Amino acid sequence: MTSSLLTKERLLGMYRKMLLCRMFEDRVNSLFLQGRMPGTIHQAQGQEASAVGVCEALSPGDMLTSTHRPHEHAVARGIPVKALMAELFAKSTGCCHGKGGSMHMGDAELGMLPAIAIVGGGIPLATGYALSFKYLKKPNIAACFFGDGAVNEGIFHETVNMAAIWDLPVVFICENNKYGASTPIDSVMKVKTVSARASAYGIPGRTIDGNDVVSVYEAVSEAGERARSGQGPALLELETYRFAGHSRSDPGHYRSKQEVAEWKTKDPISRFETRYLAEGFLTREIIDRCRASVEQELNDAVEFAESSPSPLPEECLADVYAE
Amino acid sequence: MAAVTYLEAIRQGIWEEMERDPTVFVLGEDVGRYGGAFKVTEGMIERFGEDRVVDTPISESAIVGAAIGAALMGMRPIAEMQFADFISCAFDQITNFAAKCRYRWNAGVPLVIRGPSGGGVHGGPYHSQNPEMYYVHTPGLKVVAPSTVYDAKGLIKAAIRDEDPVVYFEHKFLYRRLKETLPEGDWTVPIGKADVKRAGSDISVITYGAMVHLALEAAAALANEGIDLEVVDLRTLVPLDKERILDSVKKTSKAILLHEDVRTGGMAGELAALIVEEAFEYLDGPIMRITAPDTPVPYSPPLEEFFLPKTSDIIRVARRLAAY
Repeated sequence: MTSSLLTKERLLGMYRKMLLCRMFEDRVNSLFLQGRMPGTIHQAQGQEASAVGVCEALSPGDMLTSTHRPHEHAVARGIPVKALMAELFAKSTGCCHGKGGSMHMGDAELGMLPAIAIVGGGIPLATGYALSFKYLKKPNIAACFFGDGAVNEGIFHETVNMAAIWDLPVVFICENNKYGASTPIDSVMKVKTVSARASAYGIPGRTIDGNDVVSVYEAVSEAGERARSGQGPALLELETYRFAGHSRSDPGHYRSKQEVAEWKTKDPISRFETRYLAEGFLTREIIDRCRASVEQELNDAVEFAESSPSPLPEECLADVYAE
Repeated sequence: MAAVTYLEAIRQGIWEEMERDPTVFVLGEDVGRYGGAFKVTEGMIERFGEDRVVDTPISESAIVGAAIGAALMGMRPIAEMQFADFISCAFDQITNFAAKCRYRWNAGVPLVIRGPSGGGVHGGPYHSQNPEMYYVHTPGLKVVAPSTVYDAKGLIKAAIRDEDPVVYFEHKFLYRRLKETLPEGDWTVPIGKADVKRAGSDISVITYGAMVHLALEAAAALANEGIDLEVVDLRTLVPLDKERILDSVKKTSKAILLHEDVRTGGMAGELAALIVEEAFEYLDGPIMRITAPDTPVPYSPPLEEFFLPKTSDIIRVARRLAAY
């Protein structure tokens, strides 16, 4: 991997964002186990390089869509963690005013549609944004996250084809974490890589080390610039792994201990630390400082969420229609 | 002004809105160079160009999904389903995304999804359906079904200007069978307002779409027998004009609920519940439903004729109800 495009400040910013993603997820897990938030959660520990590398390559006016596993995407996109935490706590100050929950993280004003938990559902919406960007001659792109499971949904085929024939400014980003819930991707896909499917649509496809934040950033930047310049979409496959089960109720027994252990050696955060400690510009002191500031940010977010009001029951009836 | 057809009225409505507002655009299968399977969008690509009259692949889900994304971005897309039957392919996009964006984060989706529905043209099971109730059942969507040339134009314009997603069912049997001279100028028909197409004192026939014309025929026939039908055209199924419906039933004390859609889970059941809950003490007889039977729409003319409600059904039921 090369980091020629990135200044040290930028790299440190990305590192802190990865920490914020990871520590947000760990905190949410602990709060959830304490029974302090309702519902269920889908966590993304282990996928921080993907979330941060992608978001770092987007501009403020670009639009991102996400999935049922959106916490880290939203954190990486810069949605205030207070608003995310409050949504998880089902409070009226949450990013969806308590109407969505874990699978609805996002803020369209800040460049990320509240996430869409129907598998593949965000893919056409991102493409619709791209269609408008092109029509309105805006310099922006849309990017959409989806998992390996989504590439077998019909909407993936319909939309990637549509974006390809119209050269729309959209980057399709498959986070291949190897399992759709319990189902291994290689048992439901005959080709070896998701990116191989790109050739069926006549667009570039690449498989990238999704646990290396710099590789992800560079690949998305390149695909993004191509899209911005009117050359159409690309399909990027980020190979990664979720350390947790599919959801809170899933212990993940369908994966061997050895497999999980192997992927933990590729943990995007420790890899980053090891490499840049060796290169010298990252120090233990910086790491500790980052952790402390993230800890504080999360403390503030939890306090904000817990002290925020619940929605009034009658708000159930609000915002179904414009008037 | 020359008289125009129901189909031409829809075309005029779209055309005028595209002239008025550059964010309005059309997308769908064969809508551009071909002018649409029924020619609703004929001539538009020459006037408005390929950017605003977009020929798509046969990908209903992506058509609607992309239209939602565009609507969220501030555009006003009109997505055509070549036949309303094909809307099922886009069901997820419509019911999970278009319908819920406002509720999830107060985002408007000013989108129109339109398509030709209904039977009577021997289209068979996949080209004759009335799929409105799936969308009536989904909070966040509006559903309209015009019965006249005037309403067709006024409602498509209102649908395009609406801030919420509107599913617009145009009845293909009416496309070229109705003609009307329309007023000039810029006017719309408000969404959410029913219309009394014939005032009467004895029985309310509450209906919509192509069935309005059967109700009017039945009313004309029964006038000779001293049975005076009031024909209430819902025009909009969501939001429902409860006031207009209840006013009519309170006046006549008897109600026939008529639709071309199948019986179970149809609009008639919902209307019956509304009337019983809110006007029970006014009723002088049973609420009667006239609907298609619970079957797919058959192709063969004698089968389809059996399937579709007929004027004679309305006359028969009205006579029975008049006796109470």
